[in-house]
Amino acid sequence: MKILHAIGLTLLFLLTTLSSSGAAEADLRAIIAKFATVTDFSETGTVVQELTATGDPAVERPLAALADGNLYIRTADSMVFVGKEGDENIQLFDPLSGEAAGEASEDDITKISVNNTLRRTIRDALGTLTLGSKDPTVRIAAADTMFKTPDAANISPLDAAIASESVASVKALLEQARAASILVSDKPDADKLAAIAVIGARGDRSAVSLLTSVEANASGAVKEAATAAIAGINSTLAFWDAGQNIWYGISLGSVLLLAAIGLAITFGVMGVINMAHGEMVMLGTYTTFVVQQVIRTSFPGLFDWSLVIALPLAFLVAGLVGLAIERGIIRFLYGRPLETLLATWGVSLSLQQAVRTIFGPTNQEVGNPSWMSGSFDVGQLAITWNRLWILVFALTVFGVLLYVMKRTPWGLQMRAVTANRRMAASMGIRTPWVDALTFALGSGIAGIAGVALSQIDNVSPNLGRGYIIDSFMVVVFGGVGNLWGTLVGAFSLGIVNKFLEPYAGAVLGKIVVLVLIILFIQKRPRGLFALKGRAVEA
Amino acid sequence: MIAQRFLSADRRIAATILALLAAAIVVPLLNLAVSPQSAFYIPPYIVALVGKYLCYALLALALDLVWGYCGILSLGHGAFFALGGYAMGMYLMRQIGSRGVYGNPILPDFMVFLNYKELPWFWHGFDHFWFAVLMVLAVPGLLAFVFGWFAFRSRVTGVYLSIITQAMTYALLLAFFRNDMGFGGNNGLTDFKDILGFNVQADATRSALFAASAVTLALAVFVTAAIVRSKYGKLLMAVRDAESRTRFLGWRAENVKLFAFTVSAIMAGIAGALYVPQVGIINPGEFEPSNSIEVVIWTAVGGRGTIVGPIIGALLVNAGKSWFTGVLPEFWLFALGGLFVAVTLLLPKGIVGMWDGWRGKARALRAASLAAEAGADPQAPEPKIVRSAARTPGAWSTAGAEPQPAE
Repeated sequence: MKILHAIGLTLLFLLTTLSSSGAAEADLRAIIAKFATVTDFSETGTVVQELTATGDPAVERPLAALADGNLYIRTADSMVFVGKEGDENIQLFDPLSGEAAGEASEDDITKISVNNTLRRTIRDALGTLTLGSKDPTVRIAAADTMFKTPDAANISPLDAAIASESVASVKALLEQARAASILVSDKPDADKLAAIAVIGARGDRSAVSLLTSVEANASGAVKEAATAAIAGINSTLAFWDAGQNIWYGISLGSVLLLAAIGLAITFGVMGVINMAHGEMVMLGTYTTFVVQQVIRTSFPGLFDWSLVIALPLAFLVAGLVGLAIERGIIRFLYGRPLETLLATWGVSLSLQQAVRTIFGPTNQEVGNPSWMSGSFDVGQLAITWNRLWILVFALTVFGVLLYVMKRTPWGLQMRAVTANRRMAASMGIRTPWVDALTFALGSGIAGIAGVALSQIDNVSPNLGRGYIIDSFMVVVFGGVGNLWGTLVGAFSLGIVNKFLEPYAGAVLGKIVVLVLIILFIQKRPRGLFALKGRAVEA
Repeated sequence: MIAQRFLSADRRIAATILALLAAAIVVPLLNLAVSPQSAFYIPPYIVALVGKYLCYALLALALDLVWGYCGILSLGHGAFFALGGYAMGMYLMRQIGSRGVYGNPILPDFMVFLNYKELPWFWHGFDHFWFAVLMVLAVPGLLAFVFGWFAFRSRVTGVYLSIITQAMTYALLLAFFRNDMGFGGNNGLTDFKDILGFNVQADATRSALFAASAVTLALAVFVTAAIVRSKYGKLLMAVRDAESRTRFLGWRAENVKLFAFTVSAIMAGIAGALYVPQVGIINPGEFEPSNSIEVVIWTAVGGRGTIVGPIIGALLVNAGKSWFTGVLPEFWLFALGGLFVAVTLLLPKGIVGMWDGWRGKARALRAASLAAEAGADPQAPEPKIVRSAARTPGAWSTAGAEPQPAE
């Protein structure tokens, strides 16, 4: 019984909507026909308003055509058409349905002329019309337009739209647009004060510009309320600006941390200046690229998993290359740190050229999986998913590494070798093995950093170059041989950099940071968190 | 024995100076006075190319003074070189006068293009050659002095010093890339017309620049040799081999280093100033940290801690680079990378050091056989001749072959 009832109601609803639209079309045609009799702009304006007042989305076509100067009247029968200039004649279309209605020469038809005032009226009217759209994003856009170009005439359509709106966020926007419209209307001050409160709660830059114009024009209580609201918004905005800078800084810091953390191990524990570190990152990105290529051609369904698959592979590839470098070159150079710098620089040149020869010098396309694209808002902050995941990933890598160093036998051996190599060797630790595996670990971590950085950087053979100097700065600033130092170093450099950028510009900001680091090293040559030791060569 | 050794080292330096002076006379003559059909004719592009190499050689020699003799691995010498080059470039820009594309008598083209209303203050004076020369010496020298003053007093040594010199180079690279620095942004300074009233492009001017480079290099060899040979040179090597011990003996290690660093930076600046008119352009790319590292390999290939070595290294590596980039461009980086690895692993003393090693062994063997023939000789020379400390770079490392934590 209930089901039948429901079906009956639905049918009834459908019928009424259909019939109402049928009736509306006849009405609309009657109104549109009035264009044939207008004599001046103000009469045209009246007709436009009449059309708008119907609230029917179908009037969008004739109104848009009118605003563009494409609405014509056929002299023979005073019918109104939308015209489109063809090769010789003007093609005519029905103003409501948009169906082709033959063509006419320019002599047979007259254009309905418009001026700028009229065009503005039409634009506002179209904005009002889209309030009734089924698509929430269109409604949001309409509310936004009306907020930015407030008009007292918008109040009643907005009231209607607010009453029928079901989505809370859109409703809030509509109410803000209504408040903006109230402010420019001649409503009593009490209404305006309430409106200012609504707009003050919105708290963004367009609210400030609107309130500033109100402040300039109004007087008395309204003016004071507007001034207070502006001050309130500005302080929140400053807060959000700072928040935005901090977020950008943290995001940059996470990138620096990823790039530097492998270096912190090789440099800090072994004293090896690995100039090929950036190339390990690059190998990681190219591993990701190859994995994605294989997935694209053979297993398209797995694309969202490509990064997860690439992680262990990148670790292995970069780790094995690192192991080969350590066994093949670096172990002969221990005790001569400056020469490891030269040798690994040579390795980095060769690796770059090898990748260039194999993959070509151009940037490679590495796609974002669906869970890494897009963004979401927190208040006035726009946070992109890929940056957020990279932050999470960097902290995870840091945590795992910290666990390995502090809680596993291997980490214990590494720390023992760092603290006192000879003593560690006397205790039976195979220091050559520890060295080789440490270097492989540092390189492998650079590799998985590459997987993450492939999402935000251009994958090219030169990718590593961009990170090497920054990574060294982070490690040296934070203090070598201390993972916490690297963490603090990365995030503080990232945040300082982003706070300097608005004042100094991106490049100058970076220069200032470099100079600050150089000065800092004069003060504390061993970085923020120096390992304590008793060597003369401090 | 000692006298003989010094004599041979002296002979080598004297030969280098003479060869450079001879080249300064002969090469321009063969270029200008010999007809192009002759087999002895040297085409102008070769003159320009070798002139460029001589500037690189001077740069490598400058690095050798701090790295080979004082143990400071500077990765910032490319920056001193470029600064000297920019000072010369600014002079050359001012000489263009109203012959630029925009025909502005005061402002260089790029300033007109960037809407400068008047000459920035730091461009004043560069229309005089003497001022430009002064700046070529003063700017790199002052930067090195201030940088070294802070770094050496804080006892920033070894790897840390290398890294902060690299940071300095990188910061300068970024700075000179900026358009509003007033140095032409990423296009740099180019389109030079005259130097001292002579056309930069003319064969005679190029030959003269070549001769100037060769003579300057000869002079630098002489000065470096004099420094190294002096008591102060001994102090340099003492700081290199055992800085703390030198300090405990009462010497101010930081002052010793500061002097070497500043002199070396000025030499690098002169090299840059000679380089710019010969290649006709200076742009921020010269500040690339990789350039500075390449200078290190020239020095290492030739043999650091020797005076002739860096010159040979710079000439050989750059000739190789020109040949490779012409014939097998994609293999040049492999070759350069391999060179870095091979030199550090197999030739830690460079070509000159290796040559000395062979000669030393051969001489020791000869002496041993002579001694055996002559019967017992109380004054038998040691089987392996230990050369002066300058000859054995790399051996000052006190630790054995095991990793040293960077701390």
